Amino acid sequence: MSDTSAQPEVHHHGPPQAFIRKYVFSLDHKVIGLQYYGLALVAVFIGMVLSWLFRIHLGWANMAIPGLQLLSPNGAPGGVMTPEYYLSLLTMHGTIMVFFVLTNAPFAGFGNYFLPIQIGAEDMAFPRFNMMSFWTTFVAFLVLMAAFFVHDGPPISGWTAYATLSSVGKAAGPGEALGQDLWIVSIGFFCIGQLLGSLNFIATTLDLRTKGMKLARMPLSTWAWFITACIGLLAFADLLPGAILLLLDRTAGTSFFSPAGLVVGDVVQPHSGGSPLLWQHLFWFFGHPEVYIAIIPAFGIVAHILPAFMRKPMLGGMRVMIGCMTAAAFLSYMVWGHHMFVSGMNPFSAITFSVPTLIITIPFTVATLIFLGSIYGANLRFTSASLFSLGFISVFISGGISGFFLAQPSIDVYVHATYFVVAHFHFVMAVAAIFGIFAGSYFWMPKMVGRMMNETLGKLHFWLTFIGVYCIFMPMHYLGLAGNVRRYAAFTDNYMIPLIPVHKFITIAALLTGAAQLIFLYNLFHTRFWGPIAPENPWEATSLEWSTPSPPPFDNFGGKHPVVYQDPYEYGVEGPQDYVMQTAPGKVTAT
Amino acid sequence: MGKVFCVLLVIITLVSVYPIIAHTWWPPPTISTTGPSVDRQLDETMVGTGVLFISSQLILAGFVWAFGGRKGKIKNWPGGHKPVVAFGIIIVGLEILSLTFVGSKAWAAMYLAPPNEHALRVDVQAEQFAFFFRYAGPDGVFGGVHPELISDATGNYFGLDLEHDVASRDDIVVGSLTIPVDTPILLTLHSKDMIHNFYVPELRLQQDIVPGLEIPLHFTATKAGHYEIVCTQLCGLGHYSMRAFLDVLSQPDFDAWLKQQSGD
Repeated sequence: MSDTSAQPEVHHHGPPQAFIRKYVFSLDHKVIGLQYYGLALVAVFIGMVLSWLFRIHLGWANMAIPGLQLLSPNGAPGGVMTPEYYLSLLTMHGTIMVFFVLTNAPFAGFGNYFLPIQIGAEDMAFPRFNMMSFWTTFVAFLVLMAAFFVHDGPPISGWTAYATLSSVGKAAGPGEALGQDLWIVSIGFFCIGQLLGSLNFIATTLDLRTKGMKLARMPLSTWAWFITACIGLLAFADLLPGAILLLLDRTAGTSFFSPAGLVVGDVVQPHSGGSPLLWQHLFWFFGHPEVYIAIIPAFGIVAHILPAFMRKPMLGGMRVMIGCMTAAAFLSYMVWGHHMFVSGMNPFSAITFSVPTLIITIPFTVATLIFLGSIYGANLRFTSASLFSLGFISVFISGGISGFFLAQPSIDVYVHATYFVVAHFHFVMAVAAIFGIFAGSYFWMPKMVGRMMNETLGKLHFWLTFIGVYCIFMPMHYLGLAGNVRRYAAFTDNYMIPLIPVHKFITIAALLTGAAQLIFLYNLFHTRFWGPIAPENPWEATSLEWSTPSPPPFDNFGGKHPVVYQDPYEYGVEGPQDYVMQTAPGKVTAT
Repeated sequence: MGKVFCVLLVIITLVSVYPIIAHTWWPPPTISTTGPSVDRQLDETMVGTGVLFISSQLILAGFVWAFGGRKGKIKNWPGGHKPVVAFGIIIVGLEILSLTFVGSKAWAAMYLAPPNEHALRVDVQAEQFAFFFRYAGPDGVFGGVHPELISDATGNYFGLDLEHDVASRDDIVVGSLTIPVDTPILLTLHSKDMIHNFYVPELRLQQDIVPGLEIPLHFTATKAGHYEIVCTQLCGLGHYSMRAFLDVLSQPDFDAWLKQQSGD
């Protein structure tokens, strides 16, 4: 249905034939996107198994987990987890999930695969940078995994690696020797990979749009990846030097984060003049935007998917959604101090950080209302992708609500560092982003592998996951309200002991919900090899990725550049079918 | 399928809200003068956000029920997006304004108001994985602190120079915090190694204890009793076990306790 005579020719080289160039060190953004997705898939299952292990420990502290001693004879003698190994697993879970899953899959994975296609480009602006960014990330992952196999095990300082626990070295405790060094080096590599990737996303979006693809005609998912890349370019440029300074403190005798007069194990440490709060500022100046690096792509993906299943565009068109995402991205750099209300910084600054934190709820509230208002009057089709998109809205509401509490220093002073915080960030960034990833997977897998996923299994996966995440994370709010402190390997305080049954319930829910993810894994592999062949446009969607074969050819559009005539969400229009592709010339009449 | 989603979401919403309304798991009764304003702030936020939570989940459920599987002419939200955007900005804006004004007062009472000048001063030293508390003793003066003298092995947790520093000789160092009821207390928090935290849920106070910083924290306990002080900042392998007790005594009991400690 596109006007092929208007399509300019592409001058390109043929696809690589050698195995290494085709599948390993590939320059093709689609292969790199799949590599990121695959890495995230490996990472998410490792991270999930880690959470199973420490959740079991939280419910049944003295229970032996068969085989755990094989992973770490010191950390789990006889299979019973030591408190320090609990902290090691906790640290690795957080690091793996935040960096290698929530950043990799929705942004680097889907973004790499679909951003060039959605703007009609044949590849990223810098294919070699793109390859380097993935392989740097891969090295970062290997370095992190190596921490499991060093003598003292992985670090115990949490994914936030607060100094001075992370800065004084071996004296601070097990895992704080080589394990913490590996963690820092891994994060450094990860930052380099993300910086290369972010530059590439920005350059590609600005420079490689095809004829007719005005910025205002880019799909919301592409807008989200573009905005995320802008955030990432600033955020990782802050964490990278932070990590280098931390490594210097540990290895070169500097004192960026360690003050004078530090006494660890009756030994005065050779440091002077550093500030542990400096690390927190550097970390959270990255850390808060990082939350948006995880959630904004999910927002964009859901906002891209829902119109196809509602058969109507988002309420208010694209402008409101783009405005919300941009406002959130901009504000994300002004709120880092809300992680530090009780840190000992000047109490006046708590109020300064509280106000923008509360203001940041406005773009997200408006976006949520736009989602809700868009469903009104829709012809809603139920697929695994649309169910996960609807589920995304629900879990994002649940996670966002608790943000109102934590944004206020006077309430944070009670619930800070309790399970209330754990509930909040898991709902709002982890589960919501994962729902976005699942929605994207069910929606785009036909395009990525050329085969349709099994919808029955997909829906079963949705129902179990949707119920499961509420069973896991909603009770954590109650634990937090009761003052249950997070990052505790066991609950021995009098007031926390009565809360252990709640932890047991959460552990059982986590095990069952985790097991339900095997349905997704099975569906994914079955689809890859035996799924029914996918047509070019199975969802009757409008954007450019649906105007090319599934999977797309090496240069994406078969030697042509598509020409774009329409906005990306022309659904519910008059004509022989209720949608108009972006490549269709002519005027569209709304119903 | 839309109906299943709707029913499930309604059930999830109601089940989620029930323990909040029933106070099944809830903060323990507060025992500090500033606690009630924190609780009031918590209650107000709970009501405001509760309405937002329930209404938005139920609207989602209702719309999915009404428009799920529908095949017809699509309709747009009556009035378009502008009222929706304005509604969001106004509702959340009002919520923010009211919470900030009330909440800042609660925060100010805890952190910005100066401590009572006659407050009982207690020096707090945190280390892996214990708290120690120091009272000035009969002379009313704290001895100086020397990090190089800190030694767990000899029980010199604060690094006092007993040999040369007269003021330090009568300092009382104990492992639990004992204070008189209805009396302003001023803690000075130090850590010798890692970042720790001083958290007493009943006091509605939580404050990091940062090596290299002296952080003041003041409060007045209003109810005698035995409470737990727990560390909430990840400080190493024994983090979960790091705690001390807070004993709030009547003034005569406290005086007797202090006298007994000085006599040792």
